[in-house]
Amino acid sequence: MIQEQAKILSNQKIADQVYKMEIETTLSSQSAPGQFVEIQVPGYYLRRPISICEIQEGILTIIYKVLGDGTKVMSKMKAGETIDLFGPCGTGFPIENRDTVLLAGGGVGVPPLYECAKQYRNKNTNVQVVLGFNSKKDVFYVDEFEQLGCSVYVSTMDGSYGVKGTIMDALKEHAIEPNFVLACGPLPMLKAIDACAKEGYVSLEARMACGIGACMGCVVELVEGGMARVCKDGPVFLVGKVKL
Amino acid sequence: MIDLHVELPGLSLKNPIIPASGCFGFGKEYAALYDLSLLGGIAIKSATPQYRAGNPTPRIAETPSGMLNAIGLQNKGVDSIIENELPFLANYDTEIIANVAGACEEDYVEVIQKLNDQPVIKAYELNISCPNVKHGGIGLGTDPVLAAHVTKLCKEAATKPVYVKLSPNVTNIVEIAKAVEEAGADGLVLINTLLGMRIDLKTGKPLLTNKTGGLSGPAIKPVAIRMVYQVAQAVNIPIIGVGGITCAEDVLEFLNAGASAVEVGAQNFVDPYVCKTIIEELPSVLERYGYRSLQEAVGRSFKDE
Repeated sequence: MIQEQAKILSNQKIADQVYKMEIETTLSSQSAPGQFVEIQVPGYYLRRPISICEIQEGILTIIYKVLGDGTKVMSKMKAGETIDLFGPCGTGFPIENRDTVLLAGGGVGVPPLYECAKQYRNKNTNVQVVLGFNSKKDVFYVDEFEQLGCSVYVSTMDGSYGVKGTIMDALKEHAIEPNFVLACGPLPMLKAIDACAKEGYVSLEARMACGIGACMGCVVELVEGGMARVCKDGPVFLVGKVKL
Repeated sequence: MIDLHVELPGLSLKNPIIPASGCFGFGKEYAALYDLSLLGGIAIKSATPQYRAGNPTPRIAETPSGMLNAIGLQNKGVDSIIENELPFLANYDTEIIANVAGACEEDYVEVIQKLNDQPVIKAYELNISCPNVKHGGIGLGTDPVLAAHVTKLCKEAATKPVYVKLSPNVTNIVEIAKAVEEAGADGLVLINTLLGMRIDLKTGKPLLTNKTGGLSGPAIKPVAIRMVYQVAQAVNIPIIGVGGITCAEDVLEFLNAGASAVEVGAQNFVDPYVCKTIIEELPSVLERYGYRSLQEAVGRSFKDE
């Protein structure tokens, strides 16, 4: 893990309240898909944990939604300015030897799946992607996943784009079997995936303080008993491991 | 360069910087970032006699210049800590302070008895601001008689110096401080977190599942400075100051208020290297303000010059 004043290369809106930021940073050399960075926003006390969307040589891309005052400040940051990063934190999605992988993302749970898609496609794995959003104005990264050679399916709650309903409806509509799934998104979606997936991993979101496993602020209960830290033992957990 | 060494009961600190209990785990996570032997000491996470799962989440909420936490003393119990955490800490040349917690007086005594023969532990820090205690739900730390009584029992059980970490959620901190001094405390640590709360405007309900939480961070520093200042003039035992420290200047402020050493808490979450940075910068900050020794700065706010 590294703390660094990194240079913002771009920061642009890609959907309603959703922004994509490219950052020039040495953290990229240590990063894995599914890990996150802790961002210090000027004027706010705790760092913001934001998942890594794409890892390139010397560059990390993050995608974040403006949900509060801190992310609002982030959305106003400009290319050329610096941003205080710490990370990469947490466990990532392991990239395994599989014939087919299903990536299931909901809302701002979509970004960490992009680097997974990239790395699985590099191994010539067949990658199916199902993305869930509230409405057409919230949709992002469909083209990007398609350009990697993934089969992309979209659902929106209001039916304004793709299948009407949740990603579970999209899976049913397109007769996709959730055999080996990587999922990130809202809790109801993760519960549904956790219940139906034969194998795979879910990535959790939590209110964090330290981001490195010291404070016990972001714990979840394990099915086998005991607690795990989302920031350190996760955010990626084996399907069936966590009491969701 | 100014020597930062501080001698306190049971603690030979190479510098006055100690990460605060609950903000540093048992050191493992931070050991990946820098050498723990740089630290004066480490106040390790609270130990209770048995495993405690802690409170339901969310346990964390951000506040202006600080944060609320309601972790609820999650820990694996003293036996597991002895077996799984202390051997790792023995690898480092730093003074380990065991933070002792419980739901009743007997719990404190039990933890101390188990830690007495652990050479890596140099002193105890009694966490007497736990809200879930036997006596009518009043925290041991908010009643001078109860605070003194648990201190006395722990002193009788302990083979190492006992520091008492006081709760700031009281009307008269001096009264409590004097009561635990009289009961035999070797030193004081103040302050613990301030009881606070946030409400989620979307639901109209408390943001933390525990409803209330402990406020820490720079927001509480003026309260901590005031309490250290008041208590330092009223007792003859050393004080470890804690509350909202973010930089070497903050440490000097606590020394001026009457603290002999300090603990750094929530800032470790914001800047994981903060303790290392403060240790590096403290000598030049002391020099900038004209001090020739660390000791000269202690209690300057109320001493005649």
